[in-house]
Amino acid sequence: MQHEAHTHGINIAALGRDKQSLNLAAETVAIEVPGLNLYYGDKQALFDVSLNIPKQRVTAFIGPSGCGKSTLLRTFNRMNDLVDGCRVEGEINLDGKNIYRKGEDVAELRRRVGMVFQKPNPFPKSIYENVVYGLRIQGINQKRVLDEAVEWGLKSAALWDEVKDRLHESALGLSGGQQQRLVIARTVAVQPEVLLLDEPCSALDPISTLKVEELIYELKSKYTIVIVTHNMQQAARVSDYTAFMYMGKLIEFGDTDALFTNPAKKQTEDYITGRYG
Amino acid sequence: MSVKQNTLKTWIKSGSPWIWMNAGAVSIAIIMTLGLLTVIAVRGLGHFWPADIVEADYQVPGQDTKVIAGEVVQVEEIPRARLAASGLPVAAEGGEFMTRELFKVGNRDLYGADFTWVVGEWLSNLRTPQALTAFERREWGNFYGYLVNVKEAGQLVAEGDASWAALQQRLQRVEDLHGQIVRLEKKDIGRINAGLERVRLQTRKLELQGTLDAVAQADLDAERAIWDAEYKVLENQLGALYQAFNRDSITVRTTEGREVELSLGKVVRAYRPNAMSTLDKLGFYGGKLWEFVSDDPREANTEGGIFPAIFGTVMMTLIMAVIVTPFGVVAAIYLREYAKQGPLTRVIRIAVNNLAGVPAIVYGVFGLGFFVYLLGGSLDRLFFPESAPAPTFGTPGLLWASLTLAILAVPVVIVATEEGLARIPRALREGSLALGATKIETLWRVVLPMASPAMMTGLILAVARAAGEVAPLMLVGVVKLAPSLPLDGNYPYLHLDQKIMHLGFHIYDVGFQSPNVEAARPLVYATALLLVLVIALLNLSAVYLRNQLREKYKALDH
Repeated sequence: MQHEAHTHGINIAALGRDKQSLNLAAETVAIEVPGLNLYYGDKQALFDVSLNIPKQRVTAFIGPSGCGKSTLLRTFNRMNDLVDGCRVEGEINLDGKNIYRKGEDVAELRRRVGMVFQKPNPFPKSIYENVVYGLRIQGINQKRVLDEAVEWGLKSAALWDEVKDRLHESALGLSGGQQQRLVIARTVAVQPEVLLLDEPCSALDPISTLKVEELIYELKSKYTIVIVTHNMQQAARVSDYTAFMYMGKLIEFGDTDALFTNPAKKQTEDYITGRYG
Repeated sequence: MSVKQNTLKTWIKSGSPWIWMNAGAVSIAIIMTLGLLTVIAVRGLGHFWPADIVEADYQVPGQDTKVIAGEVVQVEEIPRARLAASGLPVAAEGGEFMTRELFKVGNRDLYGADFTWVVGEWLSNLRTPQALTAFERREWGNFYGYLVNVKEAGQLVAEGDASWAALQQRLQRVEDLHGQIVRLEKKDIGRINAGLERVRLQTRKLELQGTLDAVAQADLDAERAIWDAEYKVLENQLGALYQAFNRDSITVRTTEGREVELSLGKVVRAYRPNAMSTLDKLGFYGGKLWEFVSDDPREANTEGGIFPAIFGTVMMTLIMAVIVTPFGVVAAIYLREYAKQGPLTRVIRIAVNNLAGVPAIVYGVFGLGFFVYLLGGSLDRLFFPESAPAPTFGTPGLLWASLTLAILAVPVVIVATEEGLARIPRALREGSLALGATKIETLWRVVLPMASPAMMTGLILAVARAAGEVAPLMLVGVVKLAPSLPLDGNYPYLHLDQKIMHLGFHIYDVGFQSPNVEAARPLVYATALLLVLVIALLNLSAVYLRNQLREKYKALDH
């Protein structure tokens, strides 16, 4: 058995994580996906994916490029609607309500389900205006409310101390890592329930990555977080639960420690030991 | 031999021939541009320099000697045979070429023409007497001669050497009076005319509606009476001013000895270029230049300034920009952001691109047929029945000129804006949408501000295309002379129905439609230079604005 733990490549204990007692079945469900199929034109990208994202936990999606993990993530805030020819079959229930039902307010859904992208994408505005963007969209314009939201949002994203003296300078002057945390700040400023992180550290240097990871750890007490990552160490470090996807199918979903040390499926084991992907 | 071939081969391979070719092409382009600007600048700006007035004896063989005086405008070599062929008594022997000089002798009212060609070889005893004076007049062009005396209301006040000082002083007075007269005629009487016209239209309107009862009639009559009374007062003032204006006169002796009396009201300025130092001439030159850009034209546009044309050009271009930007931008947004991309949008795009290649005169014809006759005619019937049969909008004017140029320039704005929209990174749109913004909010708050430099680029191209256009304007609103500006103090302040002057058309008009070709030619160059400058200025300000915007939204990709 010891030999097997070694071959899986990632030593969970070495990452400095506390061994948690987690039980997926006992968690409150934030997002329920009961059998989802997704097509890009004629091509099927997701095959009968079923999983329950637990509330106020960090769930990681891993898998090789093109396996559908980002696609799955983007169904949670209906970002795939923007893609021509994208068609979804099945439903996704957020707090028990299907977000693909007719008459769903997509803008409101996206406010509730925030998203951070692969590359930092701050708007070419001041730091302040970036953070209050979502609030202004909601029609909030009182300076006091906005000021508070900026401070709170930037503090939540652990960026406040670095930028508090230059809130009205352009956000484009920040470093990549700072920009990504600014994007997180602007996302949490609208107080979403779920945070979707689509490879948030792939464009960042190791130090910035570390900061964002710490941030994810901080944020999980308030938000349900779903993170897509290519970096298995990162998945192991930050997530409570991990889903492994391959060729549009959900192969295995469970407690992160268990998945990395003792995968149930052969494909999962092959992937985390680096045999493909 | 083979070594030499090799070096040639390597030289070609090294790519330097291409670099030389490119550099050559760029140099030719630059030289051509600079040459063009230099030619129009030198020819145009030289016109305002106070050249010496030459007096000379001129003897055509077999005739009496005459004395002529004037500015030498042009000197050219001409074959003896051609001079002989034109009927001049040229001696058969001598050099193959003779010189021919163009004298601006002025005094058009005396001589019939103010330019005359003389044969250089027949001139003798050339001199530049200090006292020879040029009088620039409000009509009939320049007068050259010697000042004899100055009279006030027919009474002699100065004679001989003292008269020059007296003249300068009195010219100043006349200039002040002229300013007052212009103000009175343009501003005050213009206001009264506008008021009277309003009353007339109001009366006609009520008449047409059948609601012109005694009360309304009395009201309008009272109003008209007020205007009339005001006009009476001004008329008397104006009469008095004119009398004062024409009070003084001078006697001038022409170079051949005729004495002519000139009313000072007719004289704009008098100067003695032969007695002027270079510094004096520079000052005079500056004054003339300023007059050129700031004053109204006189004498069928061959004298005075071209301010109305500058104003008209700028005004029309600005209105065009105000119309074309929203239209082009909205069309581009629809095409790029909302329309379903497919064969139809492709066809529309091709059509828009081709629209940019339609000859401008075609737009002029369209503008005349559609805007002026159809739209303008309908507007007149619907909203201005009281001014019929005189058209208000059913005639070429500023609005139609601007609109015609706007449709001429809208394709460039559409194309540039579309390119700008396509360049906005998808990530930024998604970032905005992911925060709960709708598509239109994303457009307003993120996409459009970031695409604004591209829109400015489109606008710059549109201005460049439209401001220099002349052909369509001749059909839809530009005229030879329109001294009243489309923007003034009379309600409704901006007169979109008014005809305007335009620098481009002015060049054509002065250059090819003027009765006095010699006098007009330098003005063609000066006006061309000014047109180039105005367009460059409009463009540079737009470029400056765009660079500011670019600076603001830079660093999109990293």
